[in-house]
Amino acid sequence: MITNKGWGENGGVDVTTPDRLRELMTGQGYLADDGVATAAYLAISMRRPLFLEGDAGVGKTALAQALAGLLDAPLIRLQCYEGIDAAQALYDWDFPRQLLHLRAAEAAHRSDNAEALEGELYSRRFLIARPLLQAIETNPSVLLVDEVDRADDEFEAFLLEVLSDFTVTVPELGTIRAEVPPVVVVTSNRTREVHDALKRRCLYHWVDHPTFEREVAIVRARYPEASESLASSVTAAVQRLRSADLLKPPGVAETLDWTQALLALGAQTLDADTATRTLGAVLKYREDHERIARSGLGDVVEAAVGGA
Amino acid sequence: MAPEQYDVTAAVVGLARTLRAAGVAASPDRVHATVDALHRLDAHSRSDVYWAGRLTLCASVHDIARYDRVFDAYFGDRPAALVRRPSAPAAQLRLVAATSDDSAPVDDDGDEAAPMAAAASATEVLRHRDIATLTAADRFVLARLLAAFALPGERRVTRRLTPATTGAVDRRRTIARLMHAGGETAELARQERRRRPRRVVLLVDISGSMSAYADALLRFAHAASHRLRAPSTEVFTLGTRLTRVTREMAHRDVDASLLAVTEAIPDWSGGTRLGELLKRFLDEWGQRGMARGAVVVVLSDGWERGDVSLLGEQMARLHRLAHRVVWANPRAGRPGFAPLAAGMAAALPHVDDFVSGHSLAALEHLAAMVAGARRREPSGVMSHA
Repeated sequence: MITNKGWGENGGVDVTTPDRLRELMTGQGYLADDGVATAAYLAISMRRPLFLEGDAGVGKTALAQALAGLLDAPLIRLQCYEGIDAAQALYDWDFPRQLLHLRAAEAAHRSDNAEALEGELYSRRFLIARPLLQAIETNPSVLLVDEVDRADDEFEAFLLEVLSDFTVTVPELGTIRAEVPPVVVVTSNRTREVHDALKRRCLYHWVDHPTFEREVAIVRARYPEASESLASSVTAAVQRLRSADLLKPPGVAETLDWTQALLALGAQTLDADTATRTLGAVLKYREDHERIARSGLGDVVEAAVGGA
Repeated sequence: MAPEQYDVTAAVVGLARTLRAAGVAASPDRVHATVDALHRLDAHSRSDVYWAGRLTLCASVHDIARYDRVFDAYFGDRPAALVRRPSAPAAQLRLVAATSDDSAPVDDDGDEAAPMAAAASATEVLRHRDIATLTAADRFVLARLLAAFALPGERRVTRRLTPATTGAVDRRRTIARLMHAGGETAELARQERRRRPRRVVLLVDISGSMSAYADALLRFAHAASHRLRAPSTEVFTLGTRLTRVTREMAHRDVDASLLAVTEAIPDWSGGTRLGELLKRFLDEWGQRGMARGAVVVVLSDGWERGDVSLLGEQMARLHRLAHRVVWANPRAGRPGFAPLAAGMAAALPHVDDFVSGHSLAALEHLAAMVAGARRREPSGVMSHA
């Protein structure tokens, strides 16, 4: 398994064409369209990070999970937030344990051999691997850098360094290199522009809302117990809401939540009453509720059920 | 692999060139990636070529629409077999010449690209607008504005920690010190949350009714973009369309910057629909995070052509997201001014500070306010500078 070719090092999984990858993803319950399948295929094949943007809830994170599933590789997730730094993303020394070790060495009167002691203190076993280092050390692995736009720009520069050559240099230890670079998925919700230098290292894909047929298929794949008519009327209603000029248009995640909510109530069809009771699964703003109430939720549901 | 060969590299280079003419920054390393990607896909499938190009050459969602247009124009509707060039070997040898001046197939692409580029530049020339270069007096004005921005800015507490003399114990540094002292008890290192200036978002109205002030306000925006120690200032122009000009403002030289801005703005001196554009801003940028916790400054006379209630609604939304909303109205400096423009009246209840912006002193005052000078006036009271 130790080669630097990268290709074929997918945990024994044979990914030779985008179509083959799509089949494997379907097996993981992720229904990919042409764009996503090609993007994921190239990300694996070229070992380039895949930079995903798109509205919240279109399945960016789910894609990374599906890739991890089909490659049978652990998914290592780095959730970005403001103020995240190297000690939280890359590695940190386990100071308390180092100190204990030092005390123990002193108690055993070994402190005269300072050099050996120092070597022990700064060895790999006192190094705590954070997600980025974990991904570099784990082969194969899928690294998900989630919501990179939430981190501040200092962090971006640092991430760029790690993602461009997949090596980590620990001054006290030396350089740790990935035998095979992990498959990397970077997601962004576009709360700010991510720097060009980072994007240039990546394949860029904008994830769109799925088409009606695909979304119905996604619902059916996730909740096989939902009837065909329930799945298609829920999807039709959500797609209608999506075009209704809302503060937060519902994503696929909301379609799934809504279906789940309806199933929990034992509903086999969508009607105005159950829709009103479960609307909180789809719309997350008071203004959106008011807008839909004004324009008549009943009409939306009726049109959705009729059209589906 | 395929019976008929075509020069993938030449086709991709040509596509990238056309893309650049259409405003997508398809840099050489990206082109390299496209070729690499195509070697891993089926270079004779239209869909594979489309995706290989889109995944590697586009950098944002805005690039995708352009890419789609250029891709269609470049490859026409040639179906599966894209650009099968009969003369493969010769063309490969003299690639540069072929793409630039050969009259054979490659040049077709240039022709297809040309109308688009020409059309785009023609419209830009029409809308282009002179910006006088700076006089000595202007430079003086600018220097004063920059000085006004030299205040530290309103600050917010971040999640990043920084060494301090008081505060929580910094475990990492304390133990590092301990280790340094061979395990002997050392002084405790402390840390506190770092403070950073808040983001400033400027929304500059460049519609017809504001044309007399647009230059001055854009210079003001430039000064704001270059304020000291400030992490980020975002600048948008509001005309008939919303245009983000933050990148254009980044140039240190104000003339170069304003020239770039002028080129980027397609809609000088049109009418404004403030409410609609504000909604656009909030939908696309503000709510996602740009307006959150920021100081948002609207530089406008509040002249609304569209629905006034929409403006009020969107201002309320902005007010909920932002740390502080400042409205600077150049007309407010005139004696006897009352915010009669219906748009202004609708917006006022959702504004923290309402100031004038008609003179240098007024802008200086605004700059000082943005930069975090203590607020002297309660909201709604106009300053007379």
